[in-house]
Amino acid sequence: MRNLTRLGRVLAVAALLTFLLGPFLWQGLTSLTPEAELGGRGWPSHLTWRAWAGALAREDFLWSLFNSLVVAAATTCLCLLCGAPAAFALARLPVPGRGLLLGGALAVSMFPPIAVVSPLYLVLQQMGLLDTRAGLVLPYATFALPLTLWLLTSFFRQIPSELYRAARVDGCTPFQAFRWVLLPVSGPGLATTALLVFVFAWNEFLFALSFIHSPGRRTVPVAISLFAAEHAEPWAEIAAASVIATLPLLVLTVLFQRRIVAGLTAGAVKA
Amino acid sequence: MSLARRLRTERAQAILFVAPAVMVLVAVALVPILAALWLSFHRSILLFGERAFVGLDNYALLLRDTRFHAALLRTLYFAAVAVTIELLLALPIALLLHRAMPGRGFLRAAVLIPWAIPTVVSARIWGWLFNPDYGLLPRLLPASDVNWLGTPGYALHAAIVVDVWKTTPFVALLLLAGLQGIPEDLYRAARVDGAGRWTLLTRITLPLLMPAILLALLFRTLDALRVFDAIWVLTEGGPANTTETLSVYAYKTLLRAGNFGYGSAQSVVTFLVVMAVGVIYLRVLGAGREG
Amino acid sequence: MASVSLVDVEKRYRGGVLAVSELSLTIADGELVSLVGPSGCGKSTVLSLLAGLETPSAGRILIDGRDVTGSPPAERDVAMVFQSYALYPHLDVAGNLAFPLKLAGLGRAEREGRVREVAQMLGIEALLERKPAALSGGQRQRVALGRALVRRPKLFLFDEPLSNLDAGLRAQMRSELKRLHARLGATFVYVTHDQVEAMSLSDRVVVMREGRVQQVAPPAVLYGKPANTFVANFFGDPRINLVPPRILGRPEHPAALLGVRPEELELLAQDAPGTQPARVELVEAVGPESWVTVELDGSRLTARVAPGSEPSPGEQVWMRVREESRLHAFDARGERLETP
Repeated sequence: MRNLTRLGRVLAVAALLTFLLGPFLWQGLTSLTPEAELGGRGWPSHLTWRAWAGALAREDFLWSLFNSLVVAAATTCLCLLCGAPAAFALARLPVPGRGLLLGGALAVSMFPPIAVVSPLYLVLQQMGLLDTRAGLVLPYATFALPLTLWLLTSFFRQIPSELYRAARVDGCTPFQAFRWVLLPVSGPGLATTALLVFVFAWNEFLFALSFIHSPGRRTVPVAISLFAAEHAEPWAEIAAASVIATLPLLVLTVLFQRRIVAGLTAGAVKA
Repeated sequence: MSLARRLRTERAQAILFVAPAVMVLVAVALVPILAALWLSFHRSILLFGERAFVGLDNYALLLRDTRFHAALLRTLYFAAVAVTIELLLALPIALLLHRAMPGRGFLRAAVLIPWAIPTVVSARIWGWLFNPDYGLLPRLLPASDVNWLGTPGYALHAAIVVDVWKTTPFVALLLLAGLQGIPEDLYRAARVDGAGRWTLLTRITLPLLMPAILLALLFRTLDALRVFDAIWVLTEGGPANTTETLSVYAYKTLLRAGNFGYGSAQSVVTFLVVMAVGVIYLRVLGAGREG
Repeated sequence: MASVSLVDVEKRYRGGVLAVSELSLTIADGELVSLVGPSGCGKSTVLSLLAGLETPSAGRILIDGRDVTGSPPAERDVAMVFQSYALYPHLDVAGNLAFPLKLAGLGRAEREGRVREVAQMLGIEALLERKPAALSGGQRQRVALGRALVRRPKLFLFDEPLSNLDAGLRAQMRSELKRLHARLGATFVYVTHDQVEAMSLSDRVVVMREGRVQQVAPPAVLYGKPANTFVANFFGDPRINLVPPRILGRPEHPAALLGVRPEELELLAQDAPGTQPARVELVEAVGPESWVTVELDGSRLTARVAPGSEPSPGEQVWMRVREESRLHAFDARGERLETP
């Protein structure tokens, strides 16, 4: 009887892994399949890196990787810069209207992005930031802020209040206590938040599609979606580009899976 | 320093700490919503650079626009089906992950992979799987002559598959967190009282998991109502607009047709629909908490 | 070194909870004063108010004659030792000790000098490069103490600093603190729920209950002349015996309750003048003495008895008060009655 349930569990795990990883692995396999054998029956006769070389040879694809990196990194920095002090204050200081702020952040997290596309388009156009990477960072940071505030406030609350009190008695102003004691101690929380914001910014599609036209400034998601614009779909190359586009995130996820899970669930459970 | 002055200073300092975040949120999120509302009261075609005040004309147009009604219903359908499937799949996954077993860390990392992959890439992956000429699935599935992405009716469900694949892991993680919050002692006591597996599940696990389930429902429903990425990459709203959801229709109106006035009206209504659903969920969640 | 005054201090929290009310207290320069009471009595709140971590809803606070009611902690020259030590986990011991000095703007040479001096005083020189996580409870406690000492403040505040230590270490640290106080001659305000700690360390003790001061007096007075039944019950283990006067054979006594300490209750094997008969219920031999609980007419009393001469449970004994003058009288509200 015990063995049956164990067998059942093994099968369940196998099914789960197939479901989770199968599609992605299939894409990987496709990217290594010779063009001529795509859609054929059975395994490819041999694996080739041609599609990968082809994808990486495309200048605008390489640029898109760079653009995504820059935008995601900048977004993460901006979110942490704005979010960390705010979260600290929400956790430890008498903030007037804290309920309103948290409620407002919650509301923003529920906005459909399409709703702000039109006015943001016009504003960015006015400011000359349309079709620039900088023009993406501010909207990205804004929509990542609720998540940032959520996570960081809960992390700051978890730091024992006696630490803050000790810093105050030792002579710190609230800002000094934040800068010299709370911030260093909140390292893990900042790292988790940074990871989640980075993933969010890297994956964002709608704003990138709406606000950027020049091929050289596109981010990765947009580049992938437009890959075959010029000629007949190079399926293997598209597959290769997809895998390449995902690799940075995959590496981060595998390295920091514990942190990411903790962050995703902490943010949610505290909500 | 007098007491009153100190209290005032501390308040001012607290405000300074939150000021950057508040300014960003207000400037880039709240103001644009109001601006979208303002735009929706105008007739504004980007190409012609004109803008004329037309009051509620755009909304009147919406009421008559069958394409919009279709998009609305389709979006609601999409959300309902996708979220239900995700929940039904996520629960067993969460239960599975909850058990201590060798390789749990690896399994958890695997669970995160679909979440980490950009939605656009997920859509590409499934688009490839569904591809009528080269795809794996048409060959494996019985109704193999159907071009999933090219057939009205089927295409929307292909999009649902993408959404389910990408977000079930996230829901599973939320439920897992909920499961981890249930004290072991409850199960032990119930087992001593003679409860079987099914009873444990329905009498203990599910009721205590309700807050996590409702929370997952809230997040996922809102996300599903706002869906854009997967659909755009998969079918761009086709074939024949049969996968067009609210966000997709609004996008086309705004940035393909350049019709900012009407597109803004669509956006505002989309916003109201999503927020309404959100508020309803929050009410239920709040009531559930007190209960 | 400073005197401390709290004048009509009140602290009310949002929601109406009154943590401290009508508190007026003066602490002399160099005194060691303890604040004791059950949890929730307001003693920790008073400490927070003295430190400036919280502001009073009413009243004034003076340190060394200066009104500091509106001053933030940084301006009060006060140091505090916390129950959980609150050491900065990202700094090593030397960094923890130097932290307040850096904030005060002291130069590197002077900082290092003071850190070394304090480390020597507390015997923690070997630990200077370690991080708090690598220290034992007792070591952390010393570092917390060091961080306070290094500032040479006007006032030292202690928030149950020994509660997290195990019993043996606690007794040892208690004596060290007492010696430290004598050596420094500084003003200490010490919060604890442990009455033995309070009694052994303090010049005076402030007994609090539900935000109000019950009595302020040197330990001997608190023990010998408790102002009410709460204070009488708080000190002494086993507790004072509080019974209606008729139990002690004084039915005409005006008091509502009479109090007699266990060591003042004498148990005799046979009847004698002035005794009341009682039945032995429980005998607990605790080593240097035994505690015998007897029962009479629904009331229970405990007496201290020399080891080896205890009666057995179920036996009949005769009890009387050793000395009339050591009897405590309380009225119906629990307040002390001065016996004529």
